[in-house]
Amino acid sequence: MAAEPILEVNNVEVIYKKTIQVLRGLSLAVPRGEIVALLGSNGAGKSTTLKAISNLLALENGAVSAGHIRFAGTETAAKRPHELVRAGLFHVMEGRRIFDELTVEENLTAATYARDGKSGSAAARFELVYEYFPNLHTRRGVRAGYLSGGEQQMLAIGRALVAEPQLILLDEPSLGLSPKLVEEIFAIIARINAEQRVSMLLVEQNAAVAFAVASYGYIMETGRIVIDGPVERLTRDQDVREFYLGLGGHEGGAKSYRDIKHYKRRKRWLS
Amino acid sequence: METDWLLLFEVSLAGLGTGGLYALTALAFVVIYKATRVVNLAIGEILMLGAYAFFGLAAGWALPWWAAALGALAVAGLFGAVVERTVIRPMLGESPISVFMVTVGLGSVLIGIVEIVWTADPHRLPEFMPNAPVFIGEAFLAPKIAYSFLVAAVVIAVFVLLFRFWRGGVALRATANDQAAAYSMGINVPGVFSLAWVVACMVAAGAGILVGAIGGISSTMGVFGLSVLVVVIVGGLDSVPGALVGGLLIGLVEALAGIYLGGEYKLLATFTLLIAVLMVRPYGLFGTHEIERL
Ligand SMILES: Nc1ncnc2c1ncn2[C@@H]1O[C@H](COP(=O)(O)OP(=O)(O)O)[C@@H](O)[C@H]1O
Ligand SMILES: [Mg+2]
Repeated sequence: MAAEPILEVNNVEVIYKKTIQVLRGLSLAVPRGEIVALLGSNGAGKSTTLKAISNLLALENGAVSAGHIRFAGTETAAKRPHELVRAGLFHVMEGRRIFDELTVEENLTAATYARDGKSGSAAARFELVYEYFPNLHTRRGVRAGYLSGGEQQMLAIGRALVAEPQLILLDEPSLGLSPKLVEEIFAIIARINAEQRVSMLLVEQNAAVAFAVASYGYIMETGRIVIDGPVERLTRDQDVREFYLGLGGHEGGAKSYRDIKHYKRRKRWLS
Repeated sequence: METDWLLLFEVSLAGLGTGGLYALTALAFVVIYKATRVVNLAIGEILMLGAYAFFGLAAGWALPWWAAALGALAVAGLFGAVVERTVIRPMLGESPISVFMVTVGLGSVLIGIVEIVWTADPHRLPEFMPNAPVFIGEAFLAPKIAYSFLVAAVVIAVFVLLFRFWRGGVALRATANDQAAAYSMGINVPGVFSLAWVVACMVAAGAGILVGAIGGISSTMGVFGLSVLVVVIVGGLDSVPGALVGGLLIGLVEALAGIYLGGEYKLLATFTLLIAVLMVRPYGLFGTHEIERL
């Protein structure tokens, strides 16, 4: 971890519509070649973090109002979204966002724009996608809107493979998929990370699957990081076990770190 | 009453001929709408611009017709690029109605420019199409309409192929489908907007040269755009097949209404069709997106 991280986010604040502050001094880093998990409950600001990194915030009237984001050693602020993609930063957005009116193969073709300025053939990358996801090969002429949820997630990851990026931002790949499919997709995510040596920042609500593939984890609440550490340590952390991994007794109830603190306070009161 | 089948056939052919030009212009409208979600009400005036640019180059500068045609397309393309960059793009994110009003204004500006440069008087374009009569079976078809239809058909065919198979066509459809996702693929979305305007203005200008060759040009020829608007609402604002089918359909209905009901019923007939289609299919025959509340 001596080498410079592929991605550094320092004290970033994000404001939507010039009024709604969503990120409050968020910092994180992704070392080269590793998978880093970013966890947090719904509305914590995970997707906003990814959009801030890929410069897609402006499309939603959002802006980074303070802090710095560096990708591969250069500030991202000056680059337009498609330029960042071509520089090797690929964002797989929440909800997969496949082009449902295009065929599977046309979806992959769209992703070849990410390769502009790269050598090497896109056709070879299509082959690679079809190797990882043979299903997509059989359905390559089908309108992507007709794919199942699992196939759509495969296509979303497949487009990232076509792009051949240095860093993939993956927003909730498990969303809406059956446990069996989640397991399958995450196995492939781990394989892609190992075989293609691509770094990943993985956003999840499902902490258990994220920890299965990640080496380092951040947990965020209302726009800031509240806990972080190597995954082995986080999985041993009592609070994390209880409130994010659903382990260690304590039925339902509290879901957020704030509630944990609240709960601790209450516990202190009671004892 | 005996039906005159030959007349019916000839009128239908002429209607389809005009319909081809509607379809071509509607395609220009649809390309802009798909890529940028802008309802471009200046499409008829851009068509007029193309016709006048051709007139200026062919009659004024005495260029050969093909050079004048290329020049007119270039003028229109440049116009599209400049308008997109300086007028439309700064308005991204504004309400559709403001952008729509801006295109109305754009149309008026174009009419003003044409009247200042060429006066409001009608002109005839230099002849450049063969004028031997064209027969399909026994039916006579005005040669200009026949050749215009052919040209329109070829341009449309090229377009549809590019749309389907060229990578830029994929980028355009991807942008139309999901703009943020298109960005995240590395597609230069503003570049796509620009391309859409350039290409659409060139197509409209080409249609303008053909329309002008058939009926002459004047500063009111932009009303052609009104029929095109009906076409795209019937076909679906964002649908290429809709533009083609809608164009032919409206051309046909106008021609038949003109002959069998009288010229003053043309508009009534097309608007009746428009309302009938919208009642059954609010997005137009092939449209997928809600037509913005205008
Ligand atoms: N375009 C937007 N405009 C205003 N507020 C937004 C926008 N997008 C997200 N938010 C708000 O920002 C907060 C964080 O959202 P998000 O980043 O999507 O959270 P997460 O991905 O962790 O569920 C939420 O409170 C949400 O309502
Ligand atoms: Mg989210």
